[in-house]
Amino acid sequence: MTTHVATEEKNYLQEGHTLASWLLTKDHKRIAILYLISVSFFFFVGSIAAMMVRLELTSPRGTLMSNETYNKAFSAHGVVMVFFFLVVAIPAIFGNFLIPMQIGARDLAFPRLNLLSWYFYMAGGIMFLIAMMSGGVDAGWTFYTPMSSIYSNGQITLALVGAFVVGFSSIFTGVNFIATIHKMRAPGMTWWRLPLFVWGHYATSLIVILGTPVVAITLLLVVFERVAKIGIFSPELGGDPVLFQHMFWFYSHPAVYIMVLPGMAVISEIMACFSRNKVFGYHFVALSSLGIAALSFIVWGHHMFVSSQSMYQGIFFSFTSFLVAVPSAIKVFNWSLTMYKGSVWLASPMIYALGFLGLFTVGGMTGLYLASVGTDVHVTGTYFVVAHFHYVMVGGTLLAFLGALHFWWPKFFGRMYPEGVAKWNAMLVFIGFNLTFLPQFVVGWLGMPRRYHYYYFAPEFQVYHVMSTLGASALAISLIVPAFYLTYSLFKGPKSPPNPWAARGLEWEAAASPPIKHNFHGVPVVVGDVYGYDAEAEELALRGMTKEEA
Amino acid sequence: MNFPFAPEQASNFAVEYDTLFYLITAFTVLTTLFVFVLCLGLIIKYKRGSGKPEDRRNPMHHNTVIEIASSGGFLSIGLFIFVWGAKMYLDMRQPPANAMEINVIGKRWMWHAQHDNGVRENNELHVPVGVPIKLTMISQDVIHSFYVPQFRVQFMVVPGRYTQMWFTPTKAGKYNLFCAMHCGTQHSEMGGYVYALEPKDFAKWKETGGNRFQPKPELPAAAGKQLYDDFMCGSCHTEKDNQRAPSLYGLYGRQRQFTDGSTMVADHDYIRQSLLAPEGKINKGYESMMQPYSFTEEQILELIEYIKTLGTPVPTQVAGGAQ
Repeated sequence: MTTHVATEEKNYLQEGHTLASWLLTKDHKRIAILYLISVSFFFFVGSIAAMMVRLELTSPRGTLMSNETYNKAFSAHGVVMVFFFLVVAIPAIFGNFLIPMQIGARDLAFPRLNLLSWYFYMAGGIMFLIAMMSGGVDAGWTFYTPMSSIYSNGQITLALVGAFVVGFSSIFTGVNFIATIHKMRAPGMTWWRLPLFVWGHYATSLIVILGTPVVAITLLLVVFERVAKIGIFSPELGGDPVLFQHMFWFYSHPAVYIMVLPGMAVISEIMACFSRNKVFGYHFVALSSLGIAALSFIVWGHHMFVSSQSMYQGIFFSFTSFLVAVPSAIKVFNWSLTMYKGSVWLASPMIYALGFLGLFTVGGMTGLYLASVGTDVHVTGTYFVVAHFHYVMVGGTLLAFLGALHFWWPKFFGRMYPEGVAKWNAMLVFIGFNLTFLPQFVVGWLGMPRRYHYYYFAPEFQVYHVMSTLGASALAISLIVPAFYLTYSLFKGPKSPPNPWAARGLEWEAAASPPIKHNFHGVPVVVGDVYGYDAEAEELALRGMTKEEA
Repeated sequence: MNFPFAPEQASNFAVEYDTLFYLITAFTVLTTLFVFVLCLGLIIKYKRGSGKPEDRRNPMHHNTVIEIASSGGFLSIGLFIFVWGAKMYLDMRQPPANAMEINVIGKRWMWHAQHDNGVRENNELHVPVGVPIKLTMISQDVIHSFYVPQFRVQFMVVPGRYTQMWFTPTKAGKYNLFCAMHCGTQHSEMGGYVYALEPKDFAKWKETGGNRFQPKPELPAAAGKQLYDDFMCGSCHTEKDNQRAPSLYGLYGRQRQFTDGSTMVADHDYIRQSLLAPEGKINKGYESMMQPYSFTEEQILELIEYIKTLGTPVPTQVAGGAQ
């Protein structure tokens, strides 16, 4: 790989300091920073809503808010976290920044479309914020009909249009990634030399462009029914309420893979770098992403086992759901085995990645209760489901997000954060998370339905809610701490060397940290295998030896 | 505060359900432990700077046998769980023929139940122990979900179509009844209790009009007949098919043929549709003449009960409470 990095040159952060130089930028790296700021803001909004919900649930009769407010709080939490954080965060920030750099390109294929996607994201986000502040939304993030289309008060229409618009931002990004990965790989960057980060985003983008239009149309149909009384989902108008669930989950089940595949993509990079080893079973891991993408489109009915679809459909969807569990299991085994004969470096990104492995395993395994059509009946619609998808979405995607943030922070900004604090904080995230969500498995199994404001019918659930809220407080602290030390490091952090982790890959080896505007000087040429780490040589070097001496 | 750890087992499904549930739990715990021990072992052995550098010689980057064997093993256990779960689900979805029928209507934010002798109850459901119970359910407004954790049963209650579920209570007691599908403002308060009574207590409860609603319980079929007469359904739908309309005698459960060539067995959903939107399915040989009627879900269920009695002698006895 070619490496000639001139250090005195201006990096992408120094190319213009005006507001316009940011808001009108076509540089994928600057757009990634715009996304980083706005996604962090929405994450903060969603977290406030989550804390309101958790605090309220410490008492079976509630104390802080009315039914309406509670319903709006959990709906805001769901909508913001799903549509404005989970779906967007890793692809739009890290995918945007890193895909061109990892394949040796100067930018994404369509830089203007990339900028437009951020504006669509912001437009959708602002619409939802206005909806929240001018009456709120109480229909949950799933917007089930006919409640959302006929019965619910509040700003459903505006919120749905917001979600529709933000969907297009994802589609733009997905199209951009696919075109870039197909057409802009550097010489020598063959498909089987692509980092797994790129493979994961490729699979994600396929799901995005196939699935998002469906949900966009579905949400628009709800708007039509709500505004123009065109009967599609409401039986009073001649529609079918369960049709909405089919159309919604046709996208929204693949969407959980849109949310978690990029997280998996991050974990592959971190496991390789901090084990100083090639990812075990590289081909299996790459292909399992495509396998997940394909299978994810034929499992949607497992959200509807008790919704009145035919029982044979239930059995079919149960079967396919067991199949889709296999590629995820392959990944977990392969990541673990990546450490075999490696040189394991327990830096903060690695602690997040190991936390991901543990939590994602629990999240994936508890999916079996829900994939099995018979056992789903009792726990569907309860806190068991809430705990399950938080293990996947928070334990998976959020931990991967934090791992990525710590791994590529020096690449983004050329500064280091206090690694000691970061390590301890990573462990606090893990503990706080488990304290929050393990009790929810038990209370769900006992029968606590989700989206319940009061539970005075069954006050014995309280002990688990109190535990969960205590855990959520620890988790909240562990999310505030990085906000402080990362911001601090931007200004006062020690300057980072170009490749502080001695990581392999074009973004580290062929570019400065932070990179120059056009990423590379000239076009990098790829000659070696992907993840060309040599753990043995590094261990020998630690002891002042070379392979020849040993 | 107490620490409940498992819901009570109070229906025919509970024991089998829990067996499978605990089996999956064992699989989950073992797999998680396996990943944990594997990672911990690898971290300890290959931590940076620990062990001999030569331990890292000839690293293994792939092993197709391990990949195929681990995914095959995982899939086989998964498929075992799938088959068992599917079998249980088929049981849950197919009520036995001798089940006692109760109608349930969900509306924001209460549950309403009609027993066959006319006893009605709100936010409570009384059932006898040891008797299979079949619920025929419909919603007046949005989607609800009828959920009794101690019975391990749940099914959605949907507007515009009937759904059903069944269970046999196995233990007398008071159990939770929850709405498990978000239905708006007071969703969390749309609940109450299911009371499983010993058969003789249940018989007494039912006979005395459910303790609470003493005044004249009316047979649903009788209420249906009243509606049938009030709306003069019989002026077109006579005892035998005529030019204006097909007869409703012996209608329930019989195959119907329509002008568009399709056929259908006349069930709850068909009769309900024919009342609310009669133009949708026109019987072969007839023209669309009937106007749509807007009945409440209770009235529709009563009319169906009455139509069920047509073609067989109309029962003459009066409901439970009256002597």
